[in-house]
Amino acid sequence: MLVSYNWLKEYVNLDQLTPAELADKITLTGIEVEDVISQGGNLTKIVVGEVLTEEKMEGSDHLHITTVNVGEEEPYQIVCGAPNVAAGQKVIVALPGARLAGGLKIKKSKLRGHVSNGMICSLQELGFSDSVIPKKFADGIYVLPEDAEPGEEVRSYLGMDDAVLDLSITPNRADALSMRGVAYEVGAILNQTPSFPELELKETSDKQAGDLVSIAVEDEKDAPVYKMRIIEGVTVKESPLWLQQKLMKAGIRPIDNLVDITNYVMLEYGQPLHAFDYDKLGSKEILVRRAKEDEKLVTLDGTERTLSPENLVITNGSEPIALAGVMGGENSHITDTTTTVALEAALFESTLIRKTAQQLNLRSESSSRFEKGINVAAIQQAADHAAALMAELGGGRVVEGTVSQEAIQPEDTRIHITVEKINRSLGTKLTEKEVTEIIERLGFGSKQITDGELEVSVPPRRWDMSIQADVIEEVARIYGYHRIPATLPSGDTTLGELSDAQRLDRHTRRFLEGSGLSQAITYSLTTTEKANRFALRDTPDTHLDWPMSEEHKTLRKSLISGLLDSAGYNRARSMKDVALYETGRVFFQEEGQVLLAEEEHVAAVLTGSLEQDSWLGDGAQVDFFTVKGILEELFASYGLKEAIVFKADSTQDGMHPGRTAAIELNGKTIGFVGQIHPLAAKEHDLDETYVFEFNLDAVVEAEKEPLLYSAIPKYPGTSRDIALLVDEEVTHQQVLTVIEENGGKWLREIRLFDLYQGESIQEGKKSLAYSLAYLNPEATLVEEDVNKAFEKVKEALVSQLNVEIR
Amino acid sequence: MSLEDTLRTLREEASREITAAANLEEIEKVRLSYLGKKGSLTKALKGMKDLPPEERPVIGSLANEIRDEITGKLEDARAQLELQKMNEQLESEVIDVTLPGRKVRKGASHVLTQIREELEDLFIGMGYQVIEGPEMEEDNYNFERMNLPKNHPARDMQDTFYITEDTLLRTHTSPVQARTMDVHDFSKGPLKMISPGKVYRRDDDDATHSHQFQQIEGLVVDKNITMADLKGTLQIFAKKMFGEDREIRLRPSFFPFTEPSVEVDVSCFKCGGQGCNVCKQTGWIEILGAGVVHPNVLEMSGVDSDVYSGFAFGLGLERIAMLKYGVDDIRHFYQNDQRFLEQFKVRR
Repeated sequence: MLVSYNWLKEYVNLDQLTPAELADKITLTGIEVEDVISQGGNLTKIVVGEVLTEEKMEGSDHLHITTVNVGEEEPYQIVCGAPNVAAGQKVIVALPGARLAGGLKIKKSKLRGHVSNGMICSLQELGFSDSVIPKKFADGIYVLPEDAEPGEEVRSYLGMDDAVLDLSITPNRADALSMRGVAYEVGAILNQTPSFPELELKETSDKQAGDLVSIAVEDEKDAPVYKMRIIEGVTVKESPLWLQQKLMKAGIRPIDNLVDITNYVMLEYGQPLHAFDYDKLGSKEILVRRAKEDEKLVTLDGTERTLSPENLVITNGSEPIALAGVMGGENSHITDTTTTVALEAALFESTLIRKTAQQLNLRSESSSRFEKGINVAAIQQAADHAAALMAELGGGRVVEGTVSQEAIQPEDTRIHITVEKINRSLGTKLTEKEVTEIIERLGFGSKQITDGELEVSVPPRRWDMSIQADVIEEVARIYGYHRIPATLPSGDTTLGELSDAQRLDRHTRRFLEGSGLSQAITYSLTTTEKANRFALRDTPDTHLDWPMSEEHKTLRKSLISGLLDSAGYNRARSMKDVALYETGRVFFQEEGQVLLAEEEHVAAVLTGSLEQDSWLGDGAQVDFFTVKGILEELFASYGLKEAIVFKADSTQDGMHPGRTAAIELNGKTIGFVGQIHPLAAKEHDLDETYVFEFNLDAVVEAEKEPLLYSAIPKYPGTSRDIALLVDEEVTHQQVLTVIEENGGKWLREIRLFDLYQGESIQEGKKSLAYSLAYLNPEATLVEEDVNKAFEKVKEALVSQLNVEIR
Repeated sequence: MSLEDTLRTLREEASREITAAANLEEIEKVRLSYLGKKGSLTKALKGMKDLPPEERPVIGSLANEIRDEITGKLEDARAQLELQKMNEQLESEVIDVTLPGRKVRKGASHVLTQIREELEDLFIGMGYQVIEGPEMEEDNYNFERMNLPKNHPARDMQDTFYITEDTLLRTHTSPVQARTMDVHDFSKGPLKMISPGKVYRRDDDDATHSHQFQQIEGLVVDKNITMADLKGTLQIFAKKMFGEDREIRLRPSFFPFTEPSVEVDVSCFKCGGQGCNVCKQTGWIEILGAGVVHPNVLEMSGVDSDVYSGFAFGLGLERIAMLKYGVDDIRHFYQNDQRFLEQFKVRR
């Protein structure tokens, strides 16, 4: 809502306040003022001029040479390029030395050899927006009324010594979508009662409105109030300057006197009005009803609208003539030839208007007010005021009476509240007297019911108020939030802590950061293809109902795709080492569930090296075992009762079939680790790249081993090394299992310390070397016992895996 | 020469030779020449048995004294020479300590996570639980339970990613409040919670908008919770987040789920309130929205609004991070440029 400071001054006394100070007060007390626009800005030396002579410049197709009386002894010669300049006009002249809105400085100059002592201006050049300039002057200079006095400062003549406050109105404060509403608000802030000029309406026509038109409303819920006034004998013409100025400052383009009056009254009261050409109604019977399926109406913007029973229309009994509350029909709107006006002032049901405006994409000043509600008490007043102005500015006669269908009457809302409740809610110590004073400042009624209990009467102009919390808010803001004390909740102590899942999540993140990976956050919404790739479970896709783009359409089932995008992004910017991880939700559909199963996953992408190349040597390239090593340590840190198992998995989509392992916990796959398939890597402009992803929720839920101290060994242990030549198909895990099963009770640790394949080793074989550590925590080991146990391992390896001990 | 004289001579000679020894080998030689099996002092001591018994204690004691003295001197000299040798070695081992160290790569926690954890820890310290909820929500919890019935004009304020007619990606973390209030047993004490998490809005991504971002909302419900309690709590938050000298200012606003509703400004941490480009010359920076919980919201969770009251607040982590660290484009938080992420390794 754009509020002119000067207009507001007509209702409240602002003598002690600059526009900026007023804006501050309004912001801190109720409604955010987003901007204070100084209308005149730095405009100087811009005066009214009278074009005395005008002739086309020879040799130019658009320039005119004019002489202009600017109130000085000698007229000025000014060259003008506007197509509409003509002798006899009163125009805006920027004299040499003037500054225009864009900062342009006007100098005495020569155009094609002709002296030009200034410039004749358009409204744009004075800083007006294209959207408010009357169409007539949109492409040329602005022509002032004939009575403008040459030499007079244009700033004041056009009412530009003003500031416009841009109020950001929240949905609960639609009462401030009118100048009167703002005046009441400012009155409450400044502790003033706003004063509005008495309206003089003379019904000078001898006709009765009831004889000219009748009104029927099909469903009173759709239009609880519908009124019409008739004004006859009007002349459609330009509005006076004061009216045009007020509209333009409010961001509305002046059209003609009748339309301008409906807009002006809407700005003053917040009541949208519509003016029909009475002679084009097509009947004397107005019927307000729902549109029929596929009913057509050409709205006054020239567009044919196809309607449905979701829309409310004003009809002449048979044909629609307006889309209620949204836009008039072309068949009945005001034109230059209109002489009798049927003026509509109504209340329409907000949801209905909102839906229609949305559905037809036809948001207007009118529809947005009906959507948010209007002051029921001002409907008649607005109609009367508009009728009086049409008589005054259009030379018309107001027909006696208002034709009305009213299902509701304006009534005060009564809210009972105690001072104790207000104080209990705000933490203040207000007295009954203080509360009553605030309520009266707001212009509400206050009546004491019992000691400390009040009945607050809220007039219809504040239809947002209905419950105690509304009263409390009003008291709080007028009292001032800065005066409310700052305390802390004083109730029982509560326990603040993280859940197990949250602690494990933090632990995992700290661990991975300690391992050299930085935390990434990617988008949950991605392409359908990326949403599915690397998914651990195959479930139906979850798409947005109405996506904004293919890029963000489907909820992800895996984190890896997003991380690969990020890795590609970094590589494309010459960062050859990338190590990123992410923790976040992935989404799976589950049979019979309204909401998705949201699993917390952990994933990472690594490529290049975890060490920096330096004078100490080049960093080792990340490989499968780098990533697996990080995971093994991470899993060890969870203290799981059942160990995590890595199993070769050649089936994972998008992964290298020979370098991928499924991660299993208690026999269930909870994730995987491995190298990205070279083709997938290429799509992201990556080379050798490793990833992992696993379900952190599964780790949270898994049983943990209680952590207990175990004694530091008092006795020395001993170890035996063994080198094996085995078929290359035999896995480390197979060897490990055989050793573990046959190791005897003192075997503590098995460590692979060498793996060799190649020269000096038979084709199809590999050499593995293990170190077996033995320890008896109770006593010193006996050499013979260890030897015996070691022999048993050797025998088992030979017999079970056909190894050759070297 | 009497034995006593011999001993005294040996004492002097040994002392001289020890002083003259230039290295550990010579020291060893001196030791052997006096104290070895065939050493001169050892030999001299063998002569003890020839002394008359009455002289033996005196000479014996002198002999022991001299042996101890020589041993002591030998050890001192050896230690001295060893130290000298060590020093020579150390001198040969000098390195250029200004050469760079071997880098241990450490990852960075995302700046949004850092702010989130800082706030979690602050509120945990004040007795709040940290409760997360689903990112895909029911329309009912996201809107209706937040006092935003279908067709409420305020629904326009948050454009929504719907999945079906009744399900959507949550537009704020507030639905977690309703879900928690539904199950909280107020007979066991107040509810104090924060709910951090990702939220989604139908916005085109640009420098100041992101279709995905993170929020933290807080809720306290108990008997006698006041607007003043909200103000005190937010004051602690502002000082913790932006510095001890910060003040806060409440401005009336509108959220369907709170009444009174306020926007909260913090005094500008760059200029301290004088006015600068960060605070757009106002001295204040808007950081969050808050208010007293609307009675409808309490009642819809079965909480008696005549007995209980509460306050709630909500803030965007990206906004806090942008303000606090001067980040100029919200997309940085989701591009995962390592040169951006790694700037936030610094912890204070």
